[in-house]
Amino acid sequence: MSVQTSSTLLTVSPSPHIHKEHSITTMMYAVVYSLVPALLMSVYVFGWSAIYVTFLAIASCMFFEFAISKYFFKQKASVWDGSAIITGVLLAFNLPASIPWWAIVLGSLFAMGVGKMAFGGLGNNPFNPALVGRVFLLISFPVPMTQWPEAMNANRWTMADATTGATPLAVIKEGLDAGVPISELTAQIPGFFQLFTGMQGGCIGEVSGLALVLGFLYLLYRKITTWHIPVAVLGTIALITGVLWLIDPTQYMSPVFHLITGGVLLGALYMATDYVTSPMTPKGMIIFGVGIGVITVLIRLWGSYPEGVSFAILIMNAAVPLIDRYFKPKRFGAVRNGK
Amino acid sequence: MSKSDQHIKTFPKGGVHPNDEKRSANVPISELPPPKMVSIPLSQHIGAPSVPVVDKRDPVKVGQIIAKSKGLVSSNIHSSVSGTVTKIDYVLDSTGYKRQAVIIRVKDDEWEESIDRSETLVKDIALEKDEILKKVAEAGIVGLGGATFPAHIKLNIPRGKKADYLILNGVECEPYLTADHRLMLEKGAEIIIGAKILMKALGVEKCVIGIEINKPDAIANLSELCKEYPGIAVQPLKVQYPQGGEKQLIKAVLNREVPSGGLPIDVGVVVHNVGTSFAVYEAIQKNKPLIERIVTVTGKEVDKPVNLRVRIGTPVQDLILAAGGLPDNTGKIISGGPMMGKALNSLEVPVAKGTSGILLMPEEEAHRKAQQVCIRCGQCVSVCPMGLEPYLLMNECEKEVFERAEKDHILDCIECGSCAFVCPSNRALLDYIRLGKRVVTTMRRERVS
Ligand code: SF4
Ligand code: SF4
Repeated sequence: MSVQTSSTLLTVSPSPHIHKEHSITTMMYAVVYSLVPALLMSVYVFGWSAIYVTFLAIASCMFFEFAISKYFFKQKASVWDGSAIITGVLLAFNLPASIPWWAIVLGSLFAMGVGKMAFGGLGNNPFNPALVGRVFLLISFPVPMTQWPEAMNANRWTMADATTGATPLAVIKEGLDAGVPISELTAQIPGFFQLFTGMQGGCIGEVSGLALVLGFLYLLYRKITTWHIPVAVLGTIALITGVLWLIDPTQYMSPVFHLITGGVLLGALYMATDYVTSPMTPKGMIIFGVGIGVITVLIRLWGSYPEGVSFAILIMNAAVPLIDRYFKPKRFGAVRNGK
Repeated sequence: MSKSDQHIKTFPKGGVHPNDEKRSANVPISELPPPKMVSIPLSQHIGAPSVPVVDKRDPVKVGQIIAKSKGLVSSNIHSSVSGTVTKIDYVLDSTGYKRQAVIIRVKDDEWEESIDRSETLVKDIALEKDEILKKVAEAGIVGLGGATFPAHIKLNIPRGKKADYLILNGVECEPYLTADHRLMLEKGAEIIIGAKILMKALGVEKCVIGIEINKPDAIANLSELCKEYPGIAVQPLKVQYPQGGEKQLIKAVLNREVPSGGLPIDVGVVVHNVGTSFAVYEAIQKNKPLIERIVTVTGKEVDKPVNLRVRIGTPVQDLILAAGGLPDNTGKIISGGPMMGKALNSLEVPVAKGTSGILLMPEEEAHRKAQQVCIRCGQCVSVCPMGLEPYLLMNECEKEVFERAEKDHILDCIECGSCAFVCPSNRALLDYIRLGKRVVTTMRRERVS
């Protein structure tokens, strides 16, 4: 220990001189961890193919992020910041477990190339990249995208071709359109408890609402995300479908059904809450969530697709700049006379 | 107000919780003897530099005036030592620039006879309102919380305004710093008499002392002492940075919101730091001008973190020696706290009236982490105590669209640093906002002229 009379080695920088112990990477990995329960549940329900699809999507997304930043933008790629991993997982979670490998690779290329890198990479993309990939696949390859391996199929550990079936949402929608009474239709789908835990056909990540909620609670606990968007989305869906159901339970499914089937929970908890593509203020987040809820219900009940969460989120993504402009935080001192 | 029915308050919007790190909280204040040489800067306050009234080779005593305030916003400066003026020269100060200072070679410790150096507590306030104002100005008292705004100006209530509350700021929300904490424990009675004096000068009946609950001993001590003085009460506050900011403190204590662009007096409040209150006590009751202050010397690797009573003008290195010397891996030396303090580029920088602490940061913590892109996480928005959108302001300043930044109220920013503290991408939010504030202020001035 000594006192130099004049140190030349001191760092001089403006305040603040301390920083919270976190970074983009720690936050992104927390999101990745929070998705593990849903993945495990999916492996249980669909077998090895769930793992295979998920890891192929992660690897493809990381590869395309790396390749595009290196060869197109000639800059250092940030493949390990966790964001490409999240896009990969979320893309896979939005695909059926029976999807062919080339569709996964194409979807990843589209997600990273068009969804993210074309706008300038992380932070600049207006649309959720995983959803861009999914919607691209849904429109270009509707057949493999709408074939759903059965839940708990006996062949799920052998990778043999599994039998496919319709998702509960599709069963209901097609049935109602054909004029089948709702009491008969509900007999064809699993009960609420099974739907919520994951015993249903559907995309890899969306089957177990329970696992998704658990993961989300972890994110809330770590203060990685806030409740505003999910509560707004789910609340809006519950409200609209609840009112319709009360009016005419022979034509409309109960709100619980709408909340625990299809991509609603995955979308509300994980896709809509993507930082980059959602609004900045709590007020804005609520508006955004309500918008997603309304559009989702419209598509589900009256649109041509049985599921509408992906489209709803993408449409509201486009509205985010506007929402941010009009829903500013409440300023301190924006008052007269101090009261 | 008895302690049990005290409701714990805080400000409602934004704020962060950096680690406390109050390593010197239990270390009683000790006196650092006068050094061999002092350099007393002529700009230690907000406003115009003072004009020296001594010259080379002049003998001076402790407490003798050596520079007079110049202009409306300025402050007197007194010698903190006895000895001989060797020169008036430019020295590096905490701003990083060389500015004028009176340099005095110290001999003995001979004080002005008019100063009462005894420890006796003088309770009766003999001076009248106008005499107090005059004396506070003469004694060169400035805001000791760090803002260094001349205290007498805040006591002169502008025509048309009225104050009904004095708030004493004992929040000390900056991590590491404990100078005010120790002062509240050791000089509580003096602080409260200082508050009485300030109340008399302002003509207000009510005073609240705001203290965060991480200092329960200070809350207990002052609450007990207050009992003797009707009108003065302690308000315990939740720990939350930047509660020591005037506007946040007023909001927390009285739920009054200073309007954008306004001053505390606009909502009938005057805020002074507890250290300033102590200085006022000494000036009025003991006839002692502001020549010394309490400085916390601390840091993670510092041998013995201390709270020192230091003569103004003492070089920082003397303080560091008193805390056990400079740790080998020191990478940054900060004057003030880690959230708002200034990094020093020399150990010879003199302690000034606004120096609340010297913080030695190890090399590992001295550098900023690499900046990444904004991921629009919104955390800067949610922590901003002024309800601004830091990411947007930075963006506008980067693109140099300062008119937009002005419309987005960049001038409301209190430079608390919460946004930059919390940003997971380590974005230099406050650097850009500071730049923008400067540009916008200049733009406004040009518009007026
Ligand atoms: S914008 Fe200014 S007031 Fe808001 S958090 Fe950042 S530094 Fe503090
Ligand atoms: S905290 Fe940083 S990354 Fe998050 S929105 Fe603000 S500037 Fe962007």
